[in-house]
Amino acid sequence: MSAALSCKQIEVAFDGFKAVAGVDLELDRGEVHFLIGPNGAGKTTLVDAITGLAKYTGSVVKDGEELRGKKVHHIARKGIGRTFQTATVFENLTVAQNLDIAAGAGRSPWTLLRRRKHLPQHVTDTMERIGLKDKADTPAGILAHGQKQWLEIGMLLVGDADVLLLDEPIAGMGHEERETTGLLLHDIAADRAVAVVEHDMDFMRAFAHRVTVLHAGAVLAAGTVDEVSDDPRVQEVYLGTAKENADAATA
Amino acid sequence: MKFFQSRLGTWTGFAAAALVLFGLAPLLLSGFRLGLLAQFLCYAIVAVGIGLAWGRGGMLTLGQGVFFGMGAYLMAMHLKMADAEFRNGPGAVPDFMELAGIRELPAYWAPFSSPVFTIAMILLLPTAFAVLLGLAVFKRRVKGAYFAILSQALAGAFAILLIGQQSLGGFNGLSRFRYFFGYNLDDPVNQQMLYFIAAGILLVVLAVALQLRRSRYGELLVAVRDAEERVRFLGYDAANVKVVAYAVAALFASVAGAVFVPIVGIISPASIGIVPSIMFLLGVAIGGRATLLGPVIGALAVAWAQTALSEQFPSAWTYAQGLLFVLVIALLPGGIASVAAVTKRFQRKPVEAAA
Ligand SMILES: Nc1ncnc2c1ncn2[C@@H]1O[C@H](COP(=O)(O)OP(=O)(O)O)[C@@H](O)[C@H]1O
Ligand SMILES: [Mg+2]
Repeated sequence: MSAALSCKQIEVAFDGFKAVAGVDLELDRGEVHFLIGPNGAGKTTLVDAITGLAKYTGSVVKDGEELRGKKVHHIARKGIGRTFQTATVFENLTVAQNLDIAAGAGRSPWTLLRRRKHLPQHVTDTMERIGLKDKADTPAGILAHGQKQWLEIGMLLVGDADVLLLDEPIAGMGHEERETTGLLLHDIAADRAVAVVEHDMDFMRAFAHRVTVLHAGAVLAAGTVDEVSDDPRVQEVYLGTAKENADAATA
Repeated sequence: MKFFQSRLGTWTGFAAAALVLFGLAPLLLSGFRLGLLAQFLCYAIVAVGIGLAWGRGGMLTLGQGVFFGMGAYLMAMHLKMADAEFRNGPGAVPDFMELAGIRELPAYWAPFSSPVFTIAMILLLPTAFAVLLGLAVFKRRVKGAYFAILSQALAGAFAILLIGQQSLGGFNGLSRFRYFFGYNLDDPVNQQMLYFIAAGILLVVLAVALQLRRSRYGELLVAVRDAEERVRFLGYDAANVKVVAYAVAALFASVAGAVFVPIVGIISPASIGIVPSIMFLLGVAIGGRATLLGPVIGALAVAWAQTALSEQFPSAWTYAQGLLFVLVIALLPGGIASVAAVTKRFQRKPVEAAA
């Protein structure tokens, strides 16, 4: 089977500084693919490039179609969904409204100009799936941090994205919420390609099918969790830094 | 609150408004006051559009005078043509042109002898202009203060442009209209009819705005206001969403301008430039930009205060206006319409503090 998304030699430069320097990445349906790497490795920038926010050289192909140069909303329409490092939902709208908007990019002007009679079935189903069914009429702005992140994932699901790029989806979550999120990711990856940008090593070990390690804008290593963990360069560069970070955080 | 969101509640609300506008006001107000109210209703129509574009869509439309002015001048041209035709036959030159020494009717004036053409232009020209401008601006992601400055500059430039046009009356603008589609404007009955037209248009405009707010589009517009980038990543062209609200606001302003002309009897660059544009916005800010009725109430209140105060202290009004603006922005950013919510918060505070 060919990859759902295939990135070749992606390069993003900010005033000459290469935040991403020639990255190859393949995402397959049915897999949760972790993108790890220390702060500033270029993970978010890579996601920005794929989704059309950052200019890049190289190529991104989804299902045989080149995406480079397309506008952000066109790329989204091709089924590529992303979340943001800080959860971005429509705070003044309810959970149901958030999801209904996310489900509606293909709606005709006529449908848009009328009032919503009832929620589409897949919106109701998704609300159940992300555990926010009883919050349907709650303004998204007053949701807990973790719930916002789930809502954001739900918004990609109702929008029929089949390549999901999630930027730090468990940041700020407690242990139980992480567990739930991990299971949700596995569940939705059944028929989609899911890429997860994450720092947390335990979370990665528990839920990654495949891992790509970025360092200073380049791919340092790629493979299964074990292959990557055993790689001495990864241990030196990333795990070492992660340990330092952890030490610094507890200090 | 819930009641007014139901279908029955909506109809009740509109019925009550119609009762006040069509029943009470003409009964209680003298012809002169009714004429003033008619003028204020025109401002209120502009305000409903600003409430949509700014309150719901986040576009700080500081230049609605442009669209108001377009509608007003287009209507004024027709009225001047009709008057000239009535006096001197088809193709006659309007009186102000004779005085300015213009003997040939400028070519662009000729089609405005047709009422149908004029009305079509009033509806289409400003809307089309807003769509083109909106596409140019929003596709380039011009927003916030930049958009506000741009639209304000446009209003200023438009007024200056008009001052230079002798064939549009220059600095003095167009005035002294005798007939409105064949009806004598000196007749009090016809003046009252103009008031009814303005009131009717206000209700229609409110109904359109309400439908837009409650539709899926209305939710999408709020989403664009609050997180434009996010909307793009969901597959929408956010610029198009904004253009619709901006164009609707322009259309409302244009229609308001067109009705304003026969009611007030004059349109000049002074009524459409930067200061009037700020006035339009001021009412909306004071009334509460994000609500449906806030802009209407604010526009009426500001126009009324201006008339009342400037009758007594002509120079004080400008300062009062500035002060009012600052006070509202500082103390009541949601406008008068948010008073209920704010008092509720104040009443709840002690409880929270005690807890
Ligand atoms: N808009 C920008 N302008 C300049 N430099 C940027 C910009 N965005 C990111 N960078 C830089 O690019 C590098 C990669 O950043 P980022 O992709 O956010 O890292 P990560 O998500 O892996 O922590 C960092 O050194 C960052 O400072
Ligand atoms: Mg990042």
